[in-house]
Amino acid sequence: MSKRIDVKDLNVYYGNFLAVEDVNINIQAKSVTAFIGPSGCGKSTFLRTLNRMHEVLPGARVEGEVLLDGDNLYGPGVDPVTVRTQVGMVFQRPNPFPTMSIRDNVLAGVKLNNKKISKGAADALVEKSLVGANLWNEVKDRLDKPGSGLSGGQQQRLCIARAIAVEPQVILMDEPCSALDPISTLAVEDLINELKDQYTVVIVTHNMQQAARVSDKTAFFNIAGTGKPGKLIEFADTTSIFNNPAQKATEDYVSGRFG
Amino acid sequence: MTTNSLTTSQGAGRAGDKVFSGAAMAAGCLILAVLFGVALFLVVQAIPALTAPAGDIQGGNGFFAYIAPIVVGTLIAAVIALVIATPVAIGVALFISHYAPRRLASGLGYVVDLLAAIPSVVYGAWGAAFLAKEISPAYDWLATYLGWIPIFEGPASATGKTILTAGIVLSVMVLPIITSLSREIFLQTPKLHEEAALALGATRWEMIKMAVLPFGRPGIISAIMLGLGRALGETMAVALVLSSGVLTASLIQSGNQTIAAEIALNFPEASGIKVNTLIAAGLVLFVITLGVNMIARWIITRHKEFSGAN
Repeated sequence: MSKRIDVKDLNVYYGNFLAVEDVNINIQAKSVTAFIGPSGCGKSTFLRTLNRMHEVLPGARVEGEVLLDGDNLYGPGVDPVTVRTQVGMVFQRPNPFPTMSIRDNVLAGVKLNNKKISKGAADALVEKSLVGANLWNEVKDRLDKPGSGLSGGQQQRLCIARAIAVEPQVILMDEPCSALDPISTLAVEDLINELKDQYTVVIVTHNMQQAARVSDKTAFFNIAGTGKPGKLIEFADTTSIFNNPAQKATEDYVSGRFG
Repeated sequence: MTTNSLTTSQGAGRAGDKVFSGAAMAAGCLILAVLFGVALFLVVQAIPALTAPAGDIQGGNGFFAYIAPIVVGTLIAAVIALVIATPVAIGVALFISHYAPRRLASGLGYVVDLLAAIPSVVYGAWGAAFLAKEISPAYDWLATYLGWIPIFEGPASATGKTILTAGIVLSVMVLPIITSLSREIFLQTPKLHEEAALALGATRWEMIKMAVLPFGRPGIISAIMLGLGRALGETMAVALVLSSGVLTASLIQSGNQTIAAEIALNFPEASGIKVNTLIAAGLVLFVITLGVNMIARWIITRHKEFSGAN
């Protein structure tokens, strides 16, 4: 239950503005890949092209190919809705649906497309997903309470439970810990370590220690200046990015000597 | 003795603060005073009608026999208006906020707002002179094929000046209120929740069901209640469109009357106890509107825990 991602010659545009230029990257199945880089370098934009969430913004488009186990996400006749059931996403700020209970939040994706699910199967799936998100013990007695009543870290794990309940192939995380305190961050990082046994995980982070702690491979993105497109500078094993980077720009960034 | 240097105040800034808070409080009190004044006037003027002997009131059977049919008529007209306007308004609002291309959306929003700017007497004239005539064949059809349902019992009014026509005219009048409020609320749906739904593989309609409508629910209810307030109180359009009469179950025969139209049609020539009767009818309308608003608030707060406010 996980697929690899191969990106070939990808350019991302907002209208006529080239935001990310010429990315080639191969992401292994069942691994954690971190994207790091300064603000505005296009790493979040690029992440969103991996499940076509960038299309939410009017005028955003891509050129090139993103292959999920060989199938092009941007092939003719591919429905973005199908893509997103295969490639789930966790956002920067925890966003459980405030009008739903914890249980309904977990089942939100499963009940889409008019799928019917028996109560027993739903109970089992809720438990499995919440256990998978390390949240079961904290919420099992209040599944009918609103998800917005949980702490920030619990809400983010609820969002992860909601994402894994639909059994995606890949989970994208866009700075999932940036709104969390250190203890909640630790809980989410532990969870990411467990998730890679089953899923391909791609995480954008501003926190380099976090990238070093959780990821197998790291991609460094950079931008030449305002108005210039973001580029993938270096992609390698996390240990070599942080200890022995091939590029000068990477070394400057990870050692804190950056602009 | 030492003086605390923090006790010296900053003169000018403080004065501005006081003036502003005083002005704001005065404005707030004024609203309450006006509301209280109107309520007091209605009650005082209504008491003679409520206590008068039954024979003195129009109809000869006392105030409650007089008011009951027109209360029902008012509610029927308002319910027809809301049943027609609510789905259309929510549909239009969703189209403007989530489906239409941006340029079309702003144009359409402007046109809907223009509907609210048309004076009600114009709606009334349009309903009486045009809509009633055009719609009467449809009433004949309803009487022929659905006549077995009491509300469509024949024979249909030949002029089309029925409570159903009045309800349709009212629905056009409340449409812009419900639409523009709902649109504003739908536009305020947090991007975060919309994206959460889309990222789970929701289609656009599923995203709306999952994120937009639940978030907007209290706002939609308030919008409907504001529309209801207008439909209950609308005078001119109903007075012109409806050929009024006694309470009738059939919506396609002439008959029925609303409180507001009853007051408007009879007030100029009323004198003595008749004036008090009409003011008492106004008091009843006031109480109904108050009740409707309280029910709406109760519905909104009942689900506060799940409202997105926390």
